[in-house]
This record gives sequence, structure tokens and C-alpha cells, in this order.
Amino acid sequence: MREASAPSLAPVDPLIRLSGVSKTFSTGTRAVAAVDLDLMPGEFLSILGPSGCGKSTLLRMIAGLGTPTGGEIQWARGHGGGSRHGTRDLGFVFQDPTLMPWANALDNVALPLILEGSAKREAQAAARDKLALVGLSGFENAYPRELSGGMKMRVSIARGLVTEPSLLLMDEPFAALDEITRHRLNHDLLNVWRDVGFTAVFVTHSVFESVFLSQRIVVMAARPGRIVSTLDVAAPYPRDEMFRTSSAYASLCRQASDQLKLAMES
Amino acid sequence: MSIPRTAKTTTSDLGPLPPASSVRSNDRWLKLAAPFLVGIIFLGGWEAAVRIMAIPPYILPTPSRIIETLISDWPTLAASLRITLAITFSALAAAVVVGGALAILFTQFKWVELALFPYAVILQVTPIVAIAPLIIIWVNDTNLSLLICAWIVAFFPILSNTILGLNSADHNLRNLFELYGATRWQTLRYLRLPAALPYFLAGLKISGGLALIGAVVAEFVAGTGGTASGLAYRILEAQYQLKIPRMFAALTLISLAGVAIFLATSIIAHRLLHRWHESAIKREN
Ligand SMILES: Nc1ncnc2c1ncn2[C@@H]1O[C@H](COP(=O)(O)OP(=O)(O)OP(=O)(O)O)[C@@H](O)[C@H]1O
Ligand SMILES: [Mg+2]
Repeated sequence: MREASAPSLAPVDPLIRLSGVSKTFSTGTRAVAAVDLDLMPGEFLSILGPSGCGKSTLLRMIAGLGTPTGGEIQWARGHGGGSRHGTRDLGFVFQDPTLMPWANALDNVALPLILEGSAKREAQAAARDKLALVGLSGFENAYPRELSGGMKMRVSIARGLVTEPSLLLMDEPFAALDEITRHRLNHDLLNVWRDVGFTAVFVTHSVFESVFLSQRIVVMAARPGRIVSTLDVAAPYPRDEMFRTSSAYASLCRQASDQLKLAMES
Repeated sequence: MSIPRTAKTTTSDLGPLPPASSVRSNDRWLKLAAPFLVGIIFLGGWEAAVRIMAIPPYILPTPSRIIETLISDWPTLAASLRITLAITFSALAAAVVVGGALAILFTQFKWVELALFPYAVILQVTPIVAIAPLIIIWVNDTNLSLLICAWIVAFFPILSNTILGLNSADHNLRNLFELYGATRWQTLRYLRLPAALPYFLAGLKISGGLALIGAVVAEFVAGTGGTASGLAYRILEAQYQLKIPRMFAALTLISLAGVAIFLATSIIAHRLLHRWHESAIKREN
């Protein structure tokens, strides 16, 4: 288990370095403009911003879905383009669960390994482990339609983790869930992150969610999409329901909220 | 990570609860009984009307007379039924193979689709009765020419539905496949083909009926006699000989065959889709 304390990141090389990354769509929309950002290995980073400020576009570019029209995304040696098919060392969790409706939970989670050429038996064994990790043991044979929204999201996270990536990108994964389910998933996500030790990038437009989860919050503004400020969340892990009611949490939320307001006015 | 409290309650919701299942069996009973009742009333009314108005059998036979004819002429009719069904199913099988394969080819290579699809449409919109005489002239073997006609009618719904299905895979799922560096073949096998299955099956349901219609219409046009003739020829023959009850008997067999094909394709579709596709799911809410 790692000691998760934010400030000790400085001397380490970043996992990914974004320098001047921009994306202008053919429609003329400047979705992302000149973003500089270092993703440190093992950190939990949130990207917070209003709707339409380019969060998804940025995340998709980090994943390699759509190339930047300007700037550069550099991976630390041995991670980008390292595996068999030249894919990157990452998992992606979409806003919707994005499961194959014709396959059960186990086969959905096993899919990335199958696509990377693993044998079916091994892929399923790994998928079983990851389902257990997200608390879904016993649901291997359930089809997506037989699962609740929260359970589907868990399957999606398990699928993102099944290749044991160094980086997990999540695009508002819990936005469609009710608050109770979301709190529980936040809590469970943190536990998994601490157990496994991947780097997490979490897109959200909820101030509370970003403060609860992350070590560092990047606040973005729209038109053009850019980073306007960064907020360190120095609170120690494990964070639980006590943290949610603490005064430290309240003041961090206020700070993040103020920065978001500034971002929306700028 | 341990949450399965909520998880557990959800599982028990999955099993069929007793009241729900009895409601469902009531539904099923009604589904069979209602059309059956309508059929009985219709046939009874027909029988009564013909008898009361004393309509001669060469104008309109009674249902009981048609059934009698079905039994007495069964050897001839059964042989013809077998031929019509053989043509129908061969045409349907060819439609599935060619329609399915062309759909995959079209979606894999856009230029093939651009080059060939217009001709598939032309084949589809030209009335079969207009092409059938040509095909019958060109192809020596009668059964083969009938098969080709039935195939022309049957293959288009499978082709166009399967193309639609292959292109309808969820956008995010496609991104996911891209992310993991899926090959073209993997994307086809694990994503596009399963996504196309419901569409393909919808096409199959339509094509099943069309193959039968195509086989019958083509035989009407061909009008060939001989020992190995299908039901359409029996109808023509009975009409010349004014054996009207026999005509109705052959007609009845064609309709029954059509209904059977529809039921069979529906059952196949349900079997393949009932675990996951909205169209085949019994909602328990
Ligand atoms: N494929 C595209 N073509 C053209 N414009 C696009 C495309 N995708 C996104 N945009 C535009 O880029 C901007 C940023 O979009 P993006 O989806 O990244 O926002 P977001 O921050 O993720 O918003 P949300 O919180 O609503 O998901 C928007 O103005 C959007 O209209
Ligand atoms: Mg978005």
C-alpha cells in the first residue's frame, strides 16, 4: 500500500506531459487551447469545469482518441505504445457504462484482454478478479440489462482496470447516478485506487466529488477550453464519510467553488 | 470493497415472482385463444352462409368441403407442398448466405457498396412477375429458375437490414475497440456482428414470407406442369378443371406454410435475443 500524500510528487518524472495541447474542430470550435499539464505517477487528479469547456475532448486526446491540432502529449518511456498492438497503457471509463448488451458482465470485463490477444480462459480469470475488486462477485453471468445503473458503472470500471493499466481515465462516470450511489462509488473507487495504485484522471463538474476524491484539482474554463487554476487537496487518505462532514472539506469545497466561479466568469 | 447489500436485493428481483408469472401465463393463453376464437367464428359464419344461400361448391366451397378435399387429395397436395417448401427454403438459405455476406462485404469495403448497392436496389424494385419470364427462359431447369426468382425477392430485406445493423454499433463501444487496438476482424466479430443480429433477424422474418411469395408467384408465371409441380401449379390446374375446392385446399396449404415460416423465424429470433435485446425482453419493471 502506498502512502498517498500530495506534495512529495515533485522529484518524480511525470507519467504523461501535455505541452501546449490544443484542439480546434473543423467546425471552428476551439475546444481545447494550449493546455500544459503533468500527470504524476500514482496521483488522483480531477478535471473540474463547466459543461462544454473541453474536458471530454482533452481526456479523449490523452487516450489517443482524436489527435491534438497543436502541442504534444508525451508518455514516460515504456507506457505509450508499449503493448502488443501499439495501444497505450490505459483504461477508459465513459460517462455511460458502454457495455455490450449481448455479453454478460464477465465477458464485458474480459473484452480488452481478448482484444489484446489473451486466451479466453486467462482473460476470464482476470475479469473475475476485477469484478470481485469492484464488489460484483456473483454477478459474472448477469447481462447489463439485469444490472442497476451503479452496478453497470462498476462493471465499466472493472473493464477499465482489467489490463492493469498505469492510467485510468474517467469521464464523468457517476454523473448519471443518484447521490447515495455516487457517494458509495466514490468511496469504493478510492479504495480500489489505493489498493491497485494506478494514476487516476477523473473528469467531473461536481465540486464536492472532485474535492472528496482527488489530490489535485485542475479547473478549466470554456471558449476556448483552458486550464485557469490548480488546487491542491492536501487531506490524507483514507477519506471516509467523516471527511465529508469535516471543516477542512467544507473550506476546500468553498475554494474550489470560488475558482470554478472565476473560471466561468473569465 | 463490499457493497452487495443492494446487489442482493436486486438479484431476487430478477427471479420470476409467482404473481408475475401467473399473469404472464394468462397472457399467453389469451394470445392463443383470441385468434383461435376469431378463426372459429369466421369459419362457422362462412360455413353457415354458404349453406343458407346454397352457393354451389364451384363458386365457393364450405370450409368442411375444403378440409375433405385436403384429406382426399393429400398425396398430390403433399408432394406439391414439399416442392414449394423446398424451393422456399433453398431460396431463403441462399438469401441469408448471399445477403449476409454482401452486407459484411459492403460495410467492410465502402467502394464495393457504392458500386453494387444500386444494382441490389434495381433488382429489388423491379416486379418479380416482370423478370420471372426471362429467368425461366434463360435457365433450363425449372426448379432452379423458380429458386432464383424467390431468392431475388427474399434477399433484399436481409441485405439492407444487416447493413443497417452492422453500422449501428454504439459509438462509444467503437471508441473502446479502437482504444484497445482491435483489428478490423475483431471489431467485426465482437462488435458489429452481434450488434447486427437483431436487425438481421428482423430481415429474416420478412424474407421468410417473401421467399414463399416469390416461389409461388414464379411458379404461376412459369405455369409448368408435370409430376414435380408446386402448389401454385396445383391452383392453376384446379382452376382449369373447375375443381374449386382443391384450389382452396392448395391455397390453405400456402397460407399455413407462410404462418409456419413466420412462427419459426419469430421463435428463432426470440431464442437468440431474449437475454439482451429490448425487442425480445419481457419487462418486469
Ligand atoms: N466532434 C466534435 N465536432 C465539433 N465540435 C465538437 C466536437 N466534440 C466537441 N465539440 C465542441 O467542443 C467543445 C467542448 O466539448 P467537450 O465535449 O469536450 O466538453 P465537456 O467539457 O466534456 O462538456 P460536458 O461537461 O457537457 O461533457 C464544445 O463546445 C463542443 O460543442
Ligand atoms: Mg464531456
